Amino acid sequence: MREIAYWQALNEALQEEMERDPNVFLLGEDIGVYGGAYGVTRGLLEKYGPERVMDTAISESAITGAAIGAAMMGKRPVAEIMYVDFMGQAMDQLCNQAAKIRYMFGGKFKAPMVMRTEGGAGRTLGAHHSQSLEHWFTGIPGLKVVMPSTPADAKGLLKASIRDDNPVVFIEHKMLYKEKGPVPDGDHVVPLGVADVKRQGKDVTVVSYSRTVLVALEAAKILEAEGIDVEVIDVRTLAPLDIKTIVDSVKKTNRAVVAHEACKTGGFGGEIGMQIIENAFDYLDGPVKRVAAIDVPIPKSPVLEQYVIPTKDSIIKAVKEALA
Amino acid sequence: MENIPRDKLLGIYECMLRIREFENKIYYLFIDGFIPGTIHLYQGQEAVAAGVCANLRKDDVITSTHRPHGHAIAKGVPSGSLMAEIFGKSTGCCKGKGGSMHVGDIDVGMPPAIAIVAGGIPVAAGMALAFKFQKKNSVAVSFFGEGATNEGVFHETLNMASLWNLPVVYICENNLYAASTHIEKAFKITDIAKRADAYGMPGRTVDGNDAVAVYSAAKEAVEQARAGKGPSLLVCNTYRHGGHSRGDACTYRPKGEKEEWLKKDPLIIMENMLLEAKLLSADGIKAMKEKAEQEMIEASEFAKASPLPAPEQALEDLWA
Repeated sequence: MREIAYWQALNEALQEEMERDPNVFLLGEDIGVYGGAYGVTRGLLEKYGPERVMDTAISESAITGAAIGAAMMGKRPVAEIMYVDFMGQAMDQLCNQAAKIRYMFGGKFKAPMVMRTEGGAGRTLGAHHSQSLEHWFTGIPGLKVVMPSTPADAKGLLKASIRDDNPVVFIEHKMLYKEKGPVPDGDHVVPLGVADVKRQGKDVTVVSYSRTVLVALEAAKILEAEGIDVEVIDVRTLAPLDIKTIVDSVKKTNRAVVAHEACKTGGFGGEIGMQIIENAFDYLDGPVKRVAAIDVPIPKSPVLEQYVIPTKDSIIKAVKEALA
Repeated sequence: MENIPRDKLLGIYECMLRIREFENKIYYLFIDGFIPGTIHLYQGQEAVAAGVCANLRKDDVITSTHRPHGHAIAKGVPSGSLMAEIFGKSTGCCKGKGGSMHVGDIDVGMPPAIAIVAGGIPVAAGMALAFKFQKKNSVAVSFFGEGATNEGVFHETLNMASLWNLPVVYICENNLYAASTHIEKAFKITDIAKRADAYGMPGRTVDGNDAVAVYSAAKEAVEQARAGKGPSLLVCNTYRHGGHSRGDACTYRPKGEKEEWLKKDPLIIMENMLLEAKLLSADGIKAMKEKAEQEMIEASEFAKASPLPAPEQALEDLWA
């Protein structure tokens, strides 16, 4: 299978959906001439023109609201918010309008829109450009939340998100854009709400998403040499969450570790862990362990940043604790 | 210019030179791998920071943006601790926790720069509100780019600051591009200062590459705020010589545009003024440049020699 980078996979997904459906259009800051802060929309302005690839002013709230309104009237907007850290500026429109518009009108409207954004640490950009804030959105019923870890998932999930009739918050990771991986040819669509077993194992289940899946896979490789067989589940879609795939795995391994880059307190790992306990308590041979960022803002200095976010060593440690 | 004391003018020029030397140094240190992350450089806009801050006292405060090095120098953050912060070192003005986009030093009236566009605008109003409550005659000054004036919070805050008659000055550095987006693609109007009218405060536009013009206009605005006569908006038209951030090759700029602006380099304008007015000789300029250069060499040596923070320091400073 051909290998392409995560950013290219996203770019392909946008192009294919724009070809397929003339209602799909893009709007956001620096997405046209510049091609996006991380290059995802490169070449699209040239190909589709300024009516379908709209460079906007720095107005996140208006970008989001405009996407909602256009979606309500039949368009399929894909809005880009450059960093998830800037979502604070868009939260009212997203959480009070997009998430609720259908429900509050008794199902009369739909708002089929995608909010693409990116998050995560690793580039030492400091506390305003490095956060993982997915749990802001998972706490709002009515929003779907997607966080792909591989190029294939990035492409397939973005296509599914654009086709979905609900508002989807699609969070990419800044350290993944250049990561390459196999991506199937053709109309590759990955359904929302379906987790993926990225590595089969029998001793312990590590549940993760986004970049931390890759960290977990590295940890699994090291643990394999020590005779520990780790199953790695990539939830891919946080909302709706495919708890069945997670629980089936825990029923097999009887041990669970949840790993993500967001802070521990209030992070989505708490939700996953609790659902494991609710659904598979009798199968657990030990406490569910969490690996997450320390509860502080992401500091700038590389040594501090690396200390705060999860590493393969912290996953290895948690796996061993889960097995103890 | 005639009524501005020589010391003041030389002080503004020295500040501009120091900013230019600092940013030039950072540019090369970044290429050489000393600086992690990214940087947003200020070359070309020096007249704004220097001209405005020449009107401020130590007890006045500023808010800054993702492009804060120039503001920091102009407000008096020592170049050594500033550079160390950009290196992520423990001797940095924020102990390595802030970085390039969040430099600041409250001892000289600069809280850490705010890298969310328009984020500093309401914070400045809040600081001004405190000054008003405390019956201090200090002033808050907020720097931001023209792009920030399209955020809702700019409008919310200008209305509130005007209504409450706060001692705050809003400095819009219009450098034509919000990252890559040209002002014509983001604004229907051409005169941003007119936005002040909507909130009942004075709005003015000056040549942001002319440090004396910036100084004089800011002087009026700061004096007005200090006298309890309320806020104002000052738009300074300028140009950043480099890209938005370190990876930006500026392919969105029309050919020749930068070259035109380089002819209007604020440092050249200031030097010519000083020479023509016989306030400074060519030798005097040379000596000042060498001094600024030497200072920034020392700052970079300090930053290089400084230790990284201990990893556990990440756990400190969360709670008061």
